[in-house]
Amino acid sequence: MSNVDELEALLRPPAMEMPPYPPKVITLASGEQMVVRQIDRDEVPTLLKAIAPLIWVERDFYDVVAARLFGELLAYKRYRVRDEYCLVGLIDGVLAGIVNGRAVNGDVGMSYHTITIRRGLRVGSHMFAAKMEYHMEYLNQKEVLIVAESPIGFRRWMIEYPLQKKYEVQHELGGVPSWTLTRDTYFKAKPRLVSGRRPVPPELLERAKTITLPGEETVKAQVLGEKGEGA
Amino acid sequence: MREVAIIGAGMTKFGRSDLSLIEIMSEAAIRALEDAALGDQKVDSVYVANMGAARLNRQTAIASALVDQLNLFPAMAEAVENGPASGASAFKNGFQAIASGMADVVLVTGGERMREVNNLEATDFVASMSHPQAEYIYGVTLPALAGMFTRLYMDRYGVTAKHLALVAIKNHANALKNPYAHIHQAITIEGILTAPEAVVNNPYIADPLRLYDCCPVSDGAAALVLTTREIAEKLGKPIVKVGGIGQATDTHAVHERPDPTELTAVKIAAQKAFQMAGIGPQDIDVAELHDAFTILEIAESEEAGFFPKGEGHNALEQGVTSLGGKLPINPSGGLKAKGHPVGATGVAQLVELTWQLRGAAGDRQVEGAKNAFACNFGGFGNNVVTTVLMREE
Repeated sequence: MSNVDELEALLRPPAMEMPPYPPKVITLASGEQMVVRQIDRDEVPTLLKAIAPLIWVERDFYDVVAARLFGELLAYKRYRVRDEYCLVGLIDGVLAGIVNGRAVNGDVGMSYHTITIRRGLRVGSHMFAAKMEYHMEYLNQKEVLIVAESPIGFRRWMIEYPLQKKYEVQHELGGVPSWTLTRDTYFKAKPRLVSGRRPVPPELLERAKTITLPGEETVKAQVLGEKGEGA
Repeated sequence: MREVAIIGAGMTKFGRSDLSLIEIMSEAAIRALEDAALGDQKVDSVYVANMGAARLNRQTAIASALVDQLNLFPAMAEAVENGPASGASAFKNGFQAIASGMADVVLVTGGERMREVNNLEATDFVASMSHPQAEYIYGVTLPALAGMFTRLYMDRYGVTAKHLALVAIKNHANALKNPYAHIHQAITIEGILTAPEAVVNNPYIADPLRLYDCCPVSDGAAALVLTTREIAEKLGKPIVKVGGIGQATDTHAVHERPDPTELTAVKIAAQKAFQMAGIGPQDIDVAELHDAFTILEIAESEEAGFFPKGEGHNALEQGVTSLGGKLPINPSGGLKAKGHPVGATGVAQLVELTWQLRGAAGDRQVEGAKNAFACNFGGFGNNVVTTVLMREE
């Protein structure tokens, strides 16, 4: 092993064995089918292209979320964050939403970000629910630490589930006081907030294999509420 | 009484705006004034419809502010606040000013900037029109009132969740054809009602009303220019005549009505407007109804006399009220999908109907429309203004 490889090994965090997130399909209000699946590191550069233009969108704190998500995914790609995962929502292969998080240890999850590219269809709500499903039903963790960076996020997570305060713990996102989703809260909320069907029909899964990015102008128009803003 | 015609119509795109309230209203007013092409004719009077500027935007005396922004001095100007019926009320005032000879040219502008506050504050703001001692203090909101009304309607007339969904689907589809609409999103019965995921896509807001049964919170403005028939003819404008206006009130607290499913103010206001216009509901080609909640489109279509009581949902299901049907309702997308900036809504309904009667409504045009009807619904039906517009060849 060269010195470079030895140094790289020191720089990389240790990794926990994490089970895969099995893909699922969700029927949206529009009748469109959104496949939610996990990505691997090779797909990160594609996502970064979609996220980059949003770093300059102030509305609804897209700038903060996009900038941090960009860094988190880049760190995932380059092995500079521990036990991270990322799920994407794809409608006919076109990127509609991204969520990510990581495992702090076997019992505790750390929710990172939820970003909606296709607004007005509760994509963010579905994607966040998928993330919680991963922590609770596949990683079998006891709790997930969560913060919101926008009022929309606060309504969607803190109020809708509802989450409990765990202010004595600083969240990794800016040291903001944490909220927590416990197993009890998750399973109570599951019937009204967590949806999707498995297995995904092969033809849908095939279309979701490759991530297609909507055009930059389309992305900006959607997040700025110029198309299909939420009801 | 002088005959009154609409010679200018304009509006902003509804949704979320970064402009101030006065800027939003100015944009709509300028579009209407440009459409009117008044030439040397001056605006004599300005009526501004708005419900919440003082509370939501911390601004009062907005009629004076609008005149200043538009440099319409020394026009007379005042604001009209009549809850969500402010728009049609302001229009009625403008009509009266011209009909009486008090003014020759009137600008009516309705506007609201509701998204300056968060959803909780916006909901509370709208709830402030409920009865303070009998309703508001118990936490009643407008969705809650509408939910109770819907439940009664379902029990009595056989309206189902599917009928409510059909209103939303129709109006979302219409809004896709309206560039000014807040929501450009097609929805399906599967996605909002029958798929297992519908419980997440379309959560309950006030049982039995779900998310897609409720209008969005919108910013936006709409404006109309009114004048006498003689001036309209002199300017060479297509004549959209104000055929009739009706208004009626009802109890503040909904539970004090003998039958809460009866929207008596809608019925009386419609009868008055039809009587004044000299036509009946059977003569109407297109209507804009106040569907802040999906059930209201069905109920108002019955109270206005388009369908017998309890049969509006059947007409909806048969496609009578769709574009291409016998009586298209809410071709603009309605409040449900076009949006509901409360002070603007009544004016925006009449802007849409003016375009329809001119044959200028684009892909959502109701072919051959000659007579149009609007219902602007204040409170929970305690102050209703209806209008009949007529195209003259």
